[in-house]
Amino acid sequence: MTEFFQSLGMNYEFAWFTATIAGILLIALPVMLAVAMVIYVDRKVWAAINLRRGPNVVGPFGLLQSFADALKVMLQETIIPSAANKGIFILAPIVTFTVALAAWAVVPFDAGVVLADINVGLLYILAISSLSVYGVVMAGWASNSKYPFFSAMRAAAQMISYEVSIGFILVCVVLFAGTFNLSGIVNAQAEFGLGVVNAFVVHPLIFPIWVMFFISCLAETQRVPFDLTEAESELVAGYQTEYSSMAFAMFWLGEYANILLMCILNALLFWGGWLPPIDWEPLYYVPGIVWLLLKTFMFFFFFSWVMATVPRYRYDQLMRLGWKVFLPLSLFFIVVISGYLMATGHFGGAA
Amino acid sequence: MIQTFAFYLFAVLVIASAVMVIMSRNPVHSVLWLILAFFNAAGLMVLVGAEFIAMLLVIVYVGAVAVLFLFVVMMLDIDFAELRAGFIKNFPLGIAIAAVLLAELVLGIGAYRVGAIELGTPDGESAPLLDRSNIESIGALLYRDYIFLFEAAGIILLVAMIGAIVLTHRKGPKDARGQQDIGKQNRRRPEEATVMKQPGIGTGVEL
Repeated sequence: MTEFFQSLGMNYEFAWFTATIAGILLIALPVMLAVAMVIYVDRKVWAAINLRRGPNVVGPFGLLQSFADALKVMLQETIIPSAANKGIFILAPIVTFTVALAAWAVVPFDAGVVLADINVGLLYILAISSLSVYGVVMAGWASNSKYPFFSAMRAAAQMISYEVSIGFILVCVVLFAGTFNLSGIVNAQAEFGLGVVNAFVVHPLIFPIWVMFFISCLAETQRVPFDLTEAESELVAGYQTEYSSMAFAMFWLGEYANILLMCILNALLFWGGWLPPIDWEPLYYVPGIVWLLLKTFMFFFFFSWVMATVPRYRYDQLMRLGWKVFLPLSLFFIVVISGYLMATGHFGGAA
Repeated sequence: MIQTFAFYLFAVLVIASAVMVIMSRNPVHSVLWLILAFFNAAGLMVLVGAEFIAMLLVIVYVGAVAVLFLFVVMMLDIDFAELRAGFIKNFPLGIAIAAVLLAELVLGIGAYRVGAIELGTPDGESAPLLDRSNIESIGALLYRDYIFLFEAAGIILLVAMIGAIVLTHRKGPKDARGQQDIGKQNRRRPEEATVMKQPGIGTGVEL
């Protein structure tokens, strides 16, 4: 895109700057629109599973429900509790929202369609997702109120625990792909399964890894059954209790942007990204981004499905699953997968 | 131009937030400024082309260590008056440490300007080792050239970890709180946990 702006007569630096800003807008605005729509999808899926109708009043089939909610929230008064730590109280939703959008910089939407094609893309995503805990912790502490504080402490412990196993799981993927670059990881999945299936997940050693990754994603984004940070039966509304108006909406947007990011990561790392599921010529006529979005949507449906069917975990069960089940299992799989790859000569026959 | 601008932006922010870490009254604010300082240091590292180190800095220090700091500091009940009362008492010690640090800085910079020790040429030419990406160069160095030192570091860390576990692990009595049998919990059926009662009118239920 820089070349395009240079062809308009700008010098290189200004063209680069304009191109980056344009790229950020091209990603951030559709992500925001997608967040509004998946909130609607989420509510429709829960409704269908609960044999209800779900939102169906605002617009055709209730499609405009999220926009009506956004408008309502924007017109509310912003209330800052008098005992709150004002600066951090206001900063917390901004941090959540910014961090949720920043991770999208390295997500490739098609071959070569990526804002920042850095060769530590996966590490960048890990780093950014480890930052997302701060929004919650700051909100909980700054509210100066019991339940948000409990929620913040739960969030901190929960996200650190599951990041460890997510890290090990990603190492397994990197072992197969041989690169930290997300585009490189997707390209490594071309014709991976028996020369026809474009996905890592068909490999018998990767499938259990993917299952663990999916469950860890639920915990990392604080979705049911791991939504102990906003367990309404214990903590009112968790860290969001004292928030109103746009600040509340930014938490909401950030949370769903994170969920979408985790869905797209599932698609990119394990299910072939923008490649069609089967290496068959006619399927390549469908644009890559359609495949990617279809896969992402499938995982989002899984997320809603889990939310509508599974009851919430107890907190000690959550910690046990993270530290006593996933951590040893993922370490075990790193050893097994490295051994398998060495034995099959994956690393250039150096074995 | 952009690089110069970014360098000065990150550098000024690192120094400013580092100053704020020690200047701010509230310890939680201090930790948050510290996180900003880490983050900007990572930005500086990206700028010199060490993107792997930068990401590790964010993942390890910002993502894990600082969260634990924040966790502890948040739960402290801090008496600010008492904190400031200790200022006079610790003032001489603080001045002494500051003087030592200043002397070291002056000595270090002086030695560097004299150029007495040849530690290699810091002209940026040697940075892309082996003409490969950061991760590959670091991997090659750690796992090929310095494999034994690396393994030794790993063993030391393992020993430290085992030591921490041995020091803190206490085996309580079998039925104490915290000693749960997850298998037993999972095996529990409704029949053994609940009873059906049919109370007559006005008689109540005895459990």
